[in-house]
Amino acid sequence: MAEAVPTAHAEPPQFQHHFVDMAAQREASSLGMWVFLVTEVLFFGGMFTAYVVYRASFRHDFEGASNLLDIRLGAFNTAVLIMSSLTMALAVWASAAGRRKLIIPFLLATILLGSVFLGVKFLEYKQKFEHHEVPGAHFVVPEGLAKPSELFFSLYFCMTGLHALHMIIGIGLLSWLILKARRGEFTPQYNTPVDLVGLYWHFVDIVWIFLFPLLYLLGRHTL
Amino acid sequence: MSAEPEVIAPPRRVDYLNVRYGVKSWLLTTDHKRIAILYLISVTFFFAIGGLMAALIRLELLTPEGDIFQSEFYNRIFTTHGVMMVFFFMIPAIPSVLGNFLIPLMIGAKDLAFPRINLLSWYLYIVGALLAFYATVHGGLDTGWTFYTPYSTVYANGWVVLTGVGVFIAGFSSILTGLNFIVTIHTMRAPGMTWGRLPLFCWSMYATGIIQILGTPVIAITLLLVVAERVFHLGIFNPAQGGDPVLYQHLFWFYSHPAVYIMILPAMAVISELITAFSRKPIFGYKFIAASSMAIAGLSFLVWGHHMFVSGQSIYAGLVFSILSFLVAVPSAIKVFNWTATMYRGSVSYQTPMLYAIGFIGLFTFGGLTGLFLASMGLDIHVHDTYFIVAHFHYIMVGGTIMAYLGGLHFWWPKISGKLYPELWSRVSAWIIFIGFNLTFFPQFILGYLGMPRRYHAYPEEFQVLNVLSTAGASILGIGYVIPLVYFFWSMRYGKDASANPWGVTGLEWQTPSPPPTENFPETPIVTNEPYDYLTAAREAAVRG
Repeated sequence: MAEAVPTAHAEPPQFQHHFVDMAAQREASSLGMWVFLVTEVLFFGGMFTAYVVYRASFRHDFEGASNLLDIRLGAFNTAVLIMSSLTMALAVWASAAGRRKLIIPFLLATILLGSVFLGVKFLEYKQKFEHHEVPGAHFVVPEGLAKPSELFFSLYFCMTGLHALHMIIGIGLLSWLILKARRGEFTPQYNTPVDLVGLYWHFVDIVWIFLFPLLYLLGRHTL
Repeated sequence: MSAEPEVIAPPRRVDYLNVRYGVKSWLLTTDHKRIAILYLISVTFFFAIGGLMAALIRLELLTPEGDIFQSEFYNRIFTTHGVMMVFFFMIPAIPSVLGNFLIPLMIGAKDLAFPRINLLSWYLYIVGALLAFYATVHGGLDTGWTFYTPYSTVYANGWVVLTGVGVFIAGFSSILTGLNFIVTIHTMRAPGMTWGRLPLFCWSMYATGIIQILGTPVIAITLLLVVAERVFHLGIFNPAQGGDPVLYQHLFWFYSHPAVYIMILPAMAVISELITAFSRKPIFGYKFIAASSMAIAGLSFLVWGHHMFVSGQSIYAGLVFSILSFLVAVPSAIKVFNWTATMYRGSVSYQTPMLYAIGFIGLFTFGGLTGLFLASMGLDIHVHDTYFIVAHFHYIMVGGTIMAYLGGLHFWWPKISGKLYPELWSRVSAWIIFIGFNLTFFPQFILGYLGMPRRYHAYPEEFQVLNVLSTAGASILGIGYVIPLVYFFWSMRYGKDASANPWGVTGLEWQTPSPPPTENFPETPIVTNEPYDYLTAAREAAVRG
């Protein structure tokens, strides 16, 4: 029986024996991550739909409220996230190419950039609290705008908040990768976790690439 | 040859049930078959809760006056009935129990692609369901299972947040199950198990998985917004703050209509297997049935607006949604015609699973045809929110999905438990369920057509006769559900041992012992036959003599 003969080359220790071979395991994991990211697109999609609907209904208030966001901090954060995507891609490359010493520095750099993003986001949120621009009981309708501007800020906080939550989860996953990398688990034969977390991280970055123009740039008329 | 046969006791065969014992071996298992059993127990529990609520509803409606419950409490009862039945029974039932158990067996795999995620999925389901259950025990909520805003976000007095979070968490269970099925069917098929040889059960489960991964995240985010709105007073769906309640309904039904197909596609999956098995004939129109599952999955995302014909949606949107809703009848009819064509000139035997399957075809057709009434806007305005619609979706959900679930449970019970259930009792209960079901829900079509609205605890006196019939039917239906529960338990102890293939049917799951060993097959099977190849199977049996 051909199946009973052990395969000529040994599989890495992470091989799960319900798969035929390591290639099948890698393919399944990768497909699983892509399918998960599809669900994430739909997850954010609900809020993007709400944003589009309300922006069409209350264009003046949405543009006015959008002008109250700090575009400098937003642009800075966009740059930070794109940098973090680069360091993440380099970490994936390092693990695939067997440059084991480089994996951890690149992962650390990604965590650092992610944390900078979250810190800046925190500053922005703080400003909004101070200006009474947080929806709810303490919301004060900004000058020259009407009540629907509150909707803009509701969506702003929900969308960026959910995005920030994904960043926090991403940083947790990166820390887990560092622990595994320290134990020397990643080899050119087995680096699926780095690959998959990389996909996730890029996805979270792409969400921001859509959030930034929608929330900060559309209808902008002041710096 | 026959040296000392009486001294050596036959070694006890190790299967997935007796390989390990103890609570821990079940709660930490990653075996898809054991996880299916965990689901079987838990969905049965929540079915019982939902059923109890249904009993209370029918009890109140026995008389025209609201004499048992106040309307406020009645609202909580039907809400709990809906939430429990939809989110914690109907959506997980067939995929998580039968799908979990069967997909790896049917495609010749050792397990699902992600066994640990499969277990995680069960835990998410349990956490979500227990949150909703806790909310129920402590007073429930009165929004209806649809959580319509701004009632749910501003005015409702009840556990909206807790129930919403429960449904949110259970949603992730559903997503992960669908994800696992899709990846498994793509990557774990045995050699020779091509897409064209995939059992129709798996095709339908694959289509279900697509709806689960594309639809569920939308309800997740929508419920998250409802929770955020209720807690932080955001106003996204509150007209007083500029928000739009109709947007909520769009987002809600964007999931919840496809969710109807999460409930019915797995039922069709089961029926396709049962019909061909008990007709002893290759299924008629394999490709059409497989393709119609995918077509239903695709169309399911384009028809949500037919829930909103009277919600202030634009009339042109209504027209488009109406036409698209009619289109769903096409793939559904393809299935029904192919099933009947399979039975035509087959060697049909009327064992219990087949009774359920034939019952399904009749009731599903009835439910489907009344769905066309509702898809046409003019008629829908007349019967909207009446008992007509209650009867329609119960014909699909109860007459369709639960019949198929029970039929499938009977068909694969020998494989799951290794025991045979008592044939006579099971036939009796199948008939009781069929009669009880029709007596419960057929009068509701008439009630709705005459104008009795849903969700009221009192009604005019002229509706009493039909309501009494419906309540009588519900009690018969209840008895019909209790009997299988009793004899399934009975059979585990006293039932006859099942052979590997007690029905004498094709399919990989019947080529391994009952119950199967932990890794399903002694060695990876190689598939050489077309699916449902009863001609070859009969020839081989004849050669073997």
